[in-house]
Amino acid sequence: MFPLPACNEGRIPHDETNGGNNLTMKREITVTVNGQQHHSNVEPRMLLVHYLRDELDLTGTHIGCDTSQCGACTVLLNGDSVKACTVLAVQADGCEVTTIEGLAPEEGSLHPIQTAFWEKHGLQCGFCTPGMIMASYQLLKNNPNPTEAEIRKGLEGNICRCTGYQNIVRAVQYSAEQMRTGAEAPVGAGE
Amino acid sequence: MGIAGAIGTPIKRREDPRLITGQATYVDDIKIPGMLYMAVLRSPYGHARINSINTEAARNHPGVKAVYTAADLKGAVGNVAIAVPLGEIANGMGVHGPLAEGKVRFYGDPVAVVIAEDRYVARDARDLIEVDYEPLPAIVDVEKAMQPGAPLLYEEFGTNVAFSLTPPTDDIDKVFEQTKADGGIVVKQRMVNQRLAPNSIETRGVVAEYRKANKSLTVWSSSQIPHLLRNILAALVGLPQHQVRVIVPEVGGGFGSKLNIYPEEMVAAFATMKLGHAVKWIEDRSENLAVTIHGRDQVDYVEVAATKEGKITGLKVHGISDLGSYCQLFTDVIMIAFGFPVSCGAYDIPAIYLSADIVFTNKAPTDAYRGAGRPEATYIAERAIDLVARELGKDPAEVRRLNFIQPDQFPYKSAAGAVYDTGNYEPALDKALAMADYQNLRSEQARLRSNGNGKLVGVGLSSYIEICGFGPKGTAPVGLYESARMRVEQSGTVMVYTGSSPHGQGEETTFTQIVAEEFSIPADQVMIMHGDTDSTPEGRGTYGSRTTAVGGSAVFTAAQRLKEKMKHIASHMLEASASDVTLEDGKFSVAGSPQKAVTFAEVAATANLSNTLHASIEPGLETTVFWEPEACTFPFGTHVCVVEIDKETGNAEIKRYVAVDDCGRQINPMIVEGQVHGGIAQGVGQAMVEGVIYGEDGQLLTSTLMDYAMPFASELPNFELDSTVTLTTVNPLGVKGVGEAGTIGSTPAVANAIADALGVAHVDMPFTSEKLWKLIHQS
Repeated sequence: MFPLPACNEGRIPHDETNGGNNLTMKREITVTVNGQQHHSNVEPRMLLVHYLRDELDLTGTHIGCDTSQCGACTVLLNGDSVKACTVLAVQADGCEVTTIEGLAPEEGSLHPIQTAFWEKHGLQCGFCTPGMIMASYQLLKNNPNPTEAEIRKGLEGNICRCTGYQNIVRAVQYSAEQMRTGAEAPVGAGE
Repeated sequence: MGIAGAIGTPIKRREDPRLITGQATYVDDIKIPGMLYMAVLRSPYGHARINSINTEAARNHPGVKAVYTAADLKGAVGNVAIAVPLGEIANGMGVHGPLAEGKVRFYGDPVAVVIAEDRYVARDARDLIEVDYEPLPAIVDVEKAMQPGAPLLYEEFGTNVAFSLTPPTDDIDKVFEQTKADGGIVVKQRMVNQRLAPNSIETRGVVAEYRKANKSLTVWSSSQIPHLLRNILAALVGLPQHQVRVIVPEVGGGFGSKLNIYPEEMVAAFATMKLGHAVKWIEDRSENLAVTIHGRDQVDYVEVAATKEGKITGLKVHGISDLGSYCQLFTDVIMIAFGFPVSCGAYDIPAIYLSADIVFTNKAPTDAYRGAGRPEATYIAERAIDLVARELGKDPAEVRRLNFIQPDQFPYKSAAGAVYDTGNYEPALDKALAMADYQNLRSEQARLRSNGNGKLVGVGLSSYIEICGFGPKGTAPVGLYESARMRVEQSGTVMVYTGSSPHGQGEETTFTQIVAEEFSIPADQVMIMHGDTDSTPEGRGTYGSRTTAVGGSAVFTAAQRLKEKMKHIASHMLEASASDVTLEDGKFSVAGSPQKAVTFAEVAATANLSNTLHASIEPGLETTVFWEPEACTFPFGTHVCVVEIDKETGNAEIKRYVAVDDCGRQINPMIVEGQVHGGIAQGVGQAMVEGVIYGEDGQLLTSTLMDYAMPFASELPNFELDSTVTLTTVNPLGVKGVGEAGTIGSTPAVANAIADALGVAHVDMPFTSEKLWKLIHQS
């Protein structure tokens, strides 16, 4: 489904108490989010998306479907996009996470993909947008010069109900152009 | 004009910076110290009696603050609001409290809530509630629900039919007989407009906070109707209106589904008033698919009569509207109030007959979903035109042209009763046909057919109209005005507090452009504030493509009023007559001598500082306008869809999609285009893939996005768009509205293309590969 992180062996720590099923016994994790290290105690069942939103107050990552279809919760885990509603916070222990808040190269600036979504009217209600931008980042990382069909195929994991996708496609095309001409190198964790 | 952001320029949206950086605040982003979380226990049955509910284990679970059932709410919270109760609904049929009492009537019906310290704990405890259900036979087929012996949702009424409309048929019968006698045709077709889930990507959500000290309730809700929510919720929980404040933060889409006062909002308000802590409830997607209102779900029996030349002489429609289990705000009137008036479409149809049954079934309530009634009515009209063309062997484009209402007939009163403001349908049709290269498409289609290469090509048209900008006065239980409070501050900044409340439409940008144009000032000098009932004047909400037409007109009128006052002030500053003062490029000057001028900011400062203001003028620059439409607007257009069906797989692909829409004056063409794109995607979604499916036992089979299909980027074509501009005369801006046009126009265009490809009269939606493969291979 998603690339399991290589950090801290990428597995849920085993719990000997309560037959190994105690999902409310808190665990200590260390996660670097947008370049800042956090030490936290979380329940093993806590979803990464709830960790980011409720514990770290990074509410730019949204929850749209709970079952990994809509992609509103897409973040980068060690530089690769994952759907944070189907990753446990403990699985991110030792990892680097990039959210929409950390995509721009510096405070107050915009990443070329963000600029392109604005320029090309690639959003309406904005709820799918952070996930759509993070998924576009992954798409362009894998394929810096995608065709329209490749963009449409590449964004199948992200649902937008407002735009009909046409201007999202334009935005990805435009950001690809901008990034190719070297206006701004993309940033991401773990690279 | 040369003003950055003036009307007609495609400026970038002012809302976007916060949305693309993750800094926007949606309701689930709100945190209040001591806030509690609510989880809702819902019925796993489509229809069952509740024998008992045991909440003890849940109450005793660590971290749980309260568990409530209907018994706890009795006398404290009113019933879910219904705007216009028809027939038996006025006698209590389909009326319901926020939590189920005695019976559950659909899968997802809320039975109990848990309030806990943490969202995970709330769910843990929810699983500890024991409900003793006695399952009952469910009824999910609306036509079977009307038959004698069908399981009854409301036994005391002895029927599932809430209301029937059955006018005498004498007149239409005569028309049909005469048409046949004159050598014309009558074509009959049953059509199903399937049930859809609106599926805004942000689900519903609410945070309610009651402060016992001053008895004030604040509710943050993902809603399209802040003021209606405030007014109705106040009444339902027994608080005076002034002690309730509703704040609608960023809203992640609505499409009509957030145009209701929902049980969870009512229970969260009750809970915070009891507990004294803020209570948050965020719907998950499975709840959203199960209990947030659904759209469409209508079965129509259509008969259309036409002369042998193709001129329609009469249309007869019997509509059956599937209400689902309960009546919500507009559930019962969607078909009759919003669909029936546009039944004649863009066509001069001399006689129409409309009858209806509105019926309860064991499914989620239906209500307004993008277009609300108009897509269904338009689907009937546009399919009927194609049925006539097919029967007579004529080109559907020409049958449309023959039947169009002509430009000199406006304002036009249709046989269905609606008065159309303005229209000019043929140029939109011609433009769309030219863009699609229609004649070539037809010859290419004929060539491919004779080749028999395994692909079936179909071309479908839709020349839709719709009705927008509700109002007018007297047509709803409350006046459907919009409002604007406008203040020009000392600095020259313009603050606009609008009663309209957007959920993705870009209203901050559009309204800014209206103000920037009128004051000839840069867009960044204008601030648009919305969504807070404490600071914005009363508004009726964003739905029915009415925000720019009605809310924009309020903003425009407010700007005009303040401009007049500013001219008056400037005339004293310039020692001239007010009637000689003009405002251009941000400066007031006397006509003919532009060198003698005062800037917009100087006049604003003079008015607000007051010391040098002429004694006869009241200080300050502020006004509030309520603008109520006198009539509705009727946008229109023609869409052309080209499909290709693979005979081997049944897979249908949209090869081209051309749309020419006329929404009157366009304030921001980029935003208009975006609305059309999204609208078409939703209409195409209905035609191609979408549908809420229930099992015979009332189980919801489409309860996650694994099972409920919405179009992906890869399934949609690049839409080819253009427009014509026919101004409306019913508002000062000339705008008609565009939010729903794409959805209304596109569904029949795709359906007509599919029927054309297959060479059949009609296929019911959605056009899945399996359905089309079976149709191809059974013949």
